[in-house]
Formats: sequence, structure tokens, C-alpha cells
Amino acid sequence: MLKINDITIRYGPCDVLRDISFELHEGEMIALLGPNGAGKTTLIKALNGTLPASGEILLNGTPLFSYSRREIAKRIAVVAQENETKFPVTVLEFVLSGRFASGSVFGWESTEDLELANKALEECDLANFGTRLMNELSGGERQRVVLARAIATDAKILLLDEPTANLDLAHQAMMFRLVRRRCREAGSSAIVITHDLNLASEFADKILLLKQGTIFAAGPPAEVLTEANIREVFGVTTLLDRHPASGSVRVTAVY
Amino acid sequence: MTLVAAILLGSERISIFEMTEQGRAILFHIRLPRILLGACVGGSLAVAGASLQALLRNPLAEPYLLGVSNGAALGTLVAFVFLDGYGFARPLLAFAGAGIATFAVYQMAKSRMGMNVERLVLSGVIVTTFLSSIIVLLTSLLDAARLRGYTFWLLGDLSQATYDGFYMTLAAATVGTIVLSSQARALNLMMVGERDAFDFGVEVGRVRMIVFGMASLLVGTAVAASGSVGYVGLIVPHLVRLAIGSDNRLVVPMSAIAGAIFVVLADTVARTAIAPRELPVGAITALIGAPLFIYLLRRANY
Repeated sequence: MLKINDITIRYGPCDVLRDISFELHEGEMIALLGPNGAGKTTLIKALNGTLPASGEILLNGTPLFSYSRREIAKRIAVVAQENETKFPVTVLEFVLSGRFASGSVFGWESTEDLELANKALEECDLANFGTRLMNELSGGERQRVVLARAIATDAKILLLDEPTANLDLAHQAMMFRLVRRRCREAGSSAIVITHDLNLASEFADKILLLKQGTIFAAGPPAEVLTEANIREVFGVTTLLDRHPASGSVRVTAVY
Repeated sequence: MTLVAAILLGSERISIFEMTEQGRAILFHIRLPRILLGACVGGSLAVAGASLQALLRNPLAEPYLLGVSNGAALGTLVAFVFLDGYGFARPLLAFAGAGIATFAVYQMAKSRMGMNVERLVLSGVIVTTFLSSIIVLLTSLLDAARLRGYTFWLLGDLSQATYDGFYMTLAAATVGTIVLSSQARALNLMMVGERDAFDFGVEVGRVRMIVFGMASLLVGTAVAASGSVGYVGLIVPHLVRLAIGSDNRLVVPMSAIAGAIFVVLADTVARTAIAPRELPVGAITALIGAPLFIYLLRRANY
């Protein structure tokens, strides 16, 4: 669905991203890992055209720049780090704004938009939040609303920038389960930035490990999450074993 | 209803049942154009304020803060000093002034990394103060009588209302309100975050240019006709949001109506409070607006 060939982004004299190439297939969930400043957010911004990048980004086989904003937004939804608004916007209004690219520029939302928005709210465990005001929610609740808006777009590609940063344990798992289910059932795909190596190991099909703007390692979690890779990229010593229930790689930091 | 009540109130008592020749003249040649103009000016300023607030994601933003009004005031003053007697010069130069001020602020605020709101508001303050000093310099060229007229006008004054002025502001208010209402759905997204809006399919740059352009048109024609009537662009959208929520598809057109009512009421007070003398309407709106502004500021932690 998304094919990235040799993209490079520079701010001033230094490269923030250098020669990144990978492919996102239908139904695939990729976790983007790496220390602060490795270029994860920059990469996400490049993938939906927010930041111009040299190289080539193909969306369904066509160069990204040949799509209009609305056409990109219909296909790629972003969950960015949270936003605060000073206006009394309700949760439902906020989620409905995700339908902008699908509707007319001027008009009102259709009943279909409303259904999708309510379904998205339900999926994010926010069924009764529709009339609440955004600026009265807790950080974690707001983050789930931001996810609900992305889901309401019905876009096939989800880009999530630390979607679990403010979430409690149960909602972290809910978020990842939800995204993975969409990948499995709806033919979507997702790229998720996270700092939680174990969540990535548990849910991702593939891990991209970023170090200083380049891909240090890429592949299935069990191949990428090795003691040596983690020490090289994050500079910490870890113990690896298998999760007793799921059998996926489990990373424990040694302090 | 407000319009009818406003027509009948005034320093000269007029009965609709015993209409004298003089009464009719006052009604149709002085009071009516003034009320109609006030309604258009109020609508224009409120719509410009509501749109700029959504665009800048700050409910306390308004044309004055961005220097749009002062640009228009300077344009009008230039027409007043150098091109007196050309009817069209004032609104035209006011629009140009508002546009140039907006463009200058925009260019100053724009940086390599895109545009951030703090820079924009700060640039607005700088442009405002800079234009104010030019205005002061230019007013020194005026003789005493015209200076008094100009000072009154600068505070926001509807007493010079004519039908020509009314038609002009009506045209601008209609065009501006329709165009800005058409952008309201995009503004709903911009209001929450510019990057978000971009992610979700809004052509952010284009919407910004449309809003700046239309706000300049609305503020320019309003200022040319009646000076800087302050706080309308701030108070009215605020009250509208309190009543009907934040959806700009309602807020923008409702602000036009509420702004019209607000200014007509304020001007009725200005005409009658110390009759037979008159106050500039801007003094009344500021008298209501400033304390309300402070109250809102303290209550809501903006």
C-alpha cells in the first residue's frame, strides 16, 4: 500500500532521515522503534506529505505528491501527539471532523458520517462521551478520542505517533488490539511509534528499529529485538525471554 | 425588531402616527442609514472576528490584535488627508490598508518551520503600534475641526452614515459572510490544530489566505465607514459560542446577525444616553467589551 524508496529529509546542514526504504503491505502492522530524536515522528510526517522528502513515496503505486490533501487524508489517517483546544468542542464534533475529507467541503455531515463516528467512539470505549467537551477530558481520554477520529475516517492506512503515551494498562492493550484487528479484518495497515518494546513485540508484524535517522534493523519482532540490537540502539542492557502466555519475545531492562 | 425600536428611539422624539415632514427627514435620511450601516458594520466585524479566532486557535484574537483594523484606519486617514472628496477612496484604501497590514503580519510571522500562532500575534502587536505612530504623525497634518471629526471617527462613529456607505458595507458583509461560512467546515478543523487539519485533508494555506483576505475586506469596509468600533469581533462570537457551541458553520453566520444587533443596540445607547449630545459608538462597545474581556480572561485561563 505504501512503498518508500530512499527518502532523505534534512533540516539545515544535517540529515534527520537518511536513505529510508521499506514497504507497508496490506494487513500489516509495523512498529517504529528507536530512541528520542531518531527521526520516528519525522518519518511519520513524511509519509503523509506533511514534510517534503527527497526520494520516492508511493501510495498504492502512485507518487504521494500527485494526490491532493483530501485524497491523501481519505487514505491515510494520523494519530498525532495530542492537541488541546481552547474552544468548547464536543467529543462527537471532534470525531466528526475526521470525516472532512470524505464529505463536501461546505456541507454538513451525513447520517453515514454520524454512524461511522459513533461506531469509532464505541470501539475506543467512549460510547457515552459524545456530548462531553474535549477540554474537560483527561489526557488519556482525549488520546482515545484522537484515535476515534482517525478510525472514523475509514482510511486504510493508520499512522500512529505514540498513541499509548497517556493510556492506562487496559487502554494500551485496547488501542493495540483495535489497530491490529483493523489490519486483520478491514484490510488496513498501520505504522505505530511506541517506546514499549513489549507491546511492539506482542502486536507488530514487523519492527523498524531507527537509529540516528537510518534504519538500523528491520524484520519480524523476534529477529529485530535482540540483546545486541537493543544495546547498540538504546544503549541499555536487557534480558530477553519468551512471554509465558503468548510466546513472543519479552524484553526486560537490567538496571 | 431591534431595528424598529432603534429607529424610534432618538434625541428627537418621533411618533410614527403623527409623522411630520421634519420627522420623516430625520427618520429616513439620518436615523435609518445610520442603523442600517451599524448593522452591517457589526455583522462584518463579528464575522471577521469569529473567523480569525478559529484560524488562529485563540478565542481572544480579533482584527485589532492583528493590526488589520489599524491598517484600515491608516488607509482611510490617507484618503481623508490627501484624497478628500473622492467617495470611493476611503473604503478602497481602507481595504488596501487592511490587506497590506495582514500581509505584513503574515510575512513577519511566517518562518522556515511554518507559522506559529505566538509569532503571528506578536507580529500583529508590532504592526499595530507601528501603524499607530504613523496615524499620529498624519493627524498632525489635520486642522483642528477635521482633527475632532477624525478622532471621533477613529473611536468608532456611525454619525456620518450615508446610504452609499451602507451599500458598500452591505455588499462586503454579504460577500464576506458567505465566503467565510463556506470555509467553516475547514475552520472547524483548523480551530483544533493546524497540523491536524492538514493531516485530515484541509488545504491549510489556502484556507488561511481566504480568511485573511475576507477578514481584510470586512474590516476594511467597516472601518472606512465607521472607524474602529472595538471589541465587536471579540464579544459577539464569544456570546454566540456560549449559546450554540463551537461549530463554525453556525458560529460564523450567527455572528453576522448577533453582531448587527449588538452594534445597533450600542449605537442606540450612544445616540440617546446623553442626548442631545452623542457619543461615538466605539466608546460604548469598549465600555461593555473591556470589562467583559477581563472577566473572560480571568475566568477561563486563556
